[in-house]
Amino acid sequence: MSHADEILSVNNIFKVFGPNPNMAMEMLRKGADKNEIFSKTGHVVGVFDASFSVKRGEIFVIMGLSGSGKSTMVRLFNRLIEPTSGSIHLNGREITGLSDKALLDVRRKEMGMVFQSFALMPHMSVLQNTAFGLEIAGVGEAERHSRAREALSQVGLAGHEHSYPHQLSGGMQQRVGLARALANDPTILLMDEAFSALDPLIRSEMQGELMRLQAEQQRTIIFISHDIEEAIRIGHRIAIMEGGRVVQIGTPQALINQPANDYVRAFFKTFNSRCQCASLANSAPLQSLSRH
Amino acid sequence: MSEFSLLDPFQAATIPLGDWVTATLNFLVHNFREVFRAIRWPIDQVLNGIEFTLQSIPPTIGILLSSLLGWQLAGKRMALLCFVTLTLLGLIGVWSESMTTLALVLTSVFFCAVIGIPLGIVCARSNRLESIIRPLLDAMQTLPAFVYLVPVVMLFGIGNVPGVLVTIVFALPPLVRLTNLGIRQVPEDKIEAARAFGCTPRQMLTRVQLPLATSTIMAGLNQTLMLSLSMVVIASMISVGGLGQMVLRGIGRLDMGLATVGGVGLVLLAIFLDRLTQAMGARSSADPSLRWYHTGPVGVVLRLSGAGQAAGRRKTA
Repeated sequence: MSHADEILSVNNIFKVFGPNPNMAMEMLRKGADKNEIFSKTGHVVGVFDASFSVKRGEIFVIMGLSGSGKSTMVRLFNRLIEPTSGSIHLNGREITGLSDKALLDVRRKEMGMVFQSFALMPHMSVLQNTAFGLEIAGVGEAERHSRAREALSQVGLAGHEHSYPHQLSGGMQQRVGLARALANDPTILLMDEAFSALDPLIRSEMQGELMRLQAEQQRTIIFISHDIEEAIRIGHRIAIMEGGRVVQIGTPQALINQPANDYVRAFFKTFNSRCQCASLANSAPLQSLSRH
Repeated sequence: MSEFSLLDPFQAATIPLGDWVTATLNFLVHNFREVFRAIRWPIDQVLNGIEFTLQSIPPTIGILLSSLLGWQLAGKRMALLCFVTLTLLGLIGVWSESMTTLALVLTSVFFCAVIGIPLGIVCARSNRLESIIRPLLDAMQTLPAFVYLVPVVMLFGIGNVPGVLVTIVFALPPLVRLTNLGIRQVPEDKIEAARAFGCTPRQMLTRVQLPLATSTIMAGLNQTLMLSLSMVVIASMISVGGLGQMVLRGIGRLDMGLATVGGVGLVLLAIFLDRLTQAMGARSSADPSLRWYHTGPVGVVLRLSGAGQAAGRRKTA
């Protein structure tokens, strides 16, 4: 992979939660594992020596069970959580070690984030919510409202500008969340289990919507998920996390064909069995059609 | 002085706390007169301003304005309540005293808000500061008012201004506590989202935390108002005027009529203020899509004046 199409690179990132992370880091360097550290010091290792890079214009899915460190990982990218050790580069610029002011700038311009809980502001209208990031960045009212309207029409919410979040359904609220992140025109879109709180039909509709938007805009998306079907459907590449470690990265096909360990295999086993059911269900009406 | 005895050591061994306090107070009075005068000044100005305004508004106009305000804040039933309570105040003959009490209460609430809301905000940001302030607030609330009436009189004299001061001491804690609580209770995911979009701490406060804490802060303001109202009665002992003075005189002379009139006046005033501020609090948590200027008398006036325009704008909204 050439460096030109690498947009985000993560090198040997660790995150240790607890009162004295440096001590725990020292133990990790000497070869202790996370269970040992937890039993001896009470520190929790959230992310353990993660290194990978994300390519420009791809949907990169980080997948794992709850507690595997995937939500921590995505917060390290915009430093909502400070990494204990390691470095992260965005477009060749080091994110770790930025001054507070430069970090605010990165959050305002380079990274948009969508949350599982939507996290819309209840006291703001849909339009104000969508323009929130721009307002924070000091964009004038006329411009931010026109950009917010554009983002709302991209997610299919034109005409709802003056509604309030509590008047919308979950799916619509998350569309607002997505529009809020898109309005800033970020380099990278971070989506933390963005569709997990939605019911299956709406979820698959939103996945389709996201894929359409990504195809149109060629935006780099980092998507956190615990749902293997979602990961395979939308992901160009998938990273699988287990207990804070990234155990395998690859295209969905590569992961299915050559799982790195039993954990990965177990993920795909549930997927395969569900797929077979789905294909059986799909093929029945086809057969009946062909008979006529 | 008697012999020292192990069984009752306190005959001989005592700490002269009372003497110390007296000495300290004397020292303060002699050396810091200017400081206390400087503290009196802003309170004096605000109190006189409010009292002059309230006393110079004729009762009929006052009742009408309050009813309109009640209508604006919470609809026609509130307007009726304001009208009835204030009219009764006039009918039992305590309009002027009520206005004095109202001025005292409003002045204390004003200073409580000026001190208490920023203090609550700072407490919400720092656990250490909160752990220092909290016992202080406890002390302010539990200390019997009579205990600090005396030093306040020595330092500030008697009259309405020291009365406002003791009222502030008593009424401040709930506002600080509830402002602190309101800001701490803002959901974590909203805070995180605001951080993710690059909020500075200041933007976080003004765009996210304060708007989401408004209804809790309003509840604190309501509590502060109620406590000030109960305190101005006790403060009448240091010659604070108004309804409290009537009650105190009534008790002193065993004049049940006078005391009852004062007491009923206080209750009417309390109902009026309580309902009004609760309505304000309810507004802040109500449907934000309904603008205040679309309802009440202002809404009516707007609709009548620019009928076509306003209606058109509302339909699109």
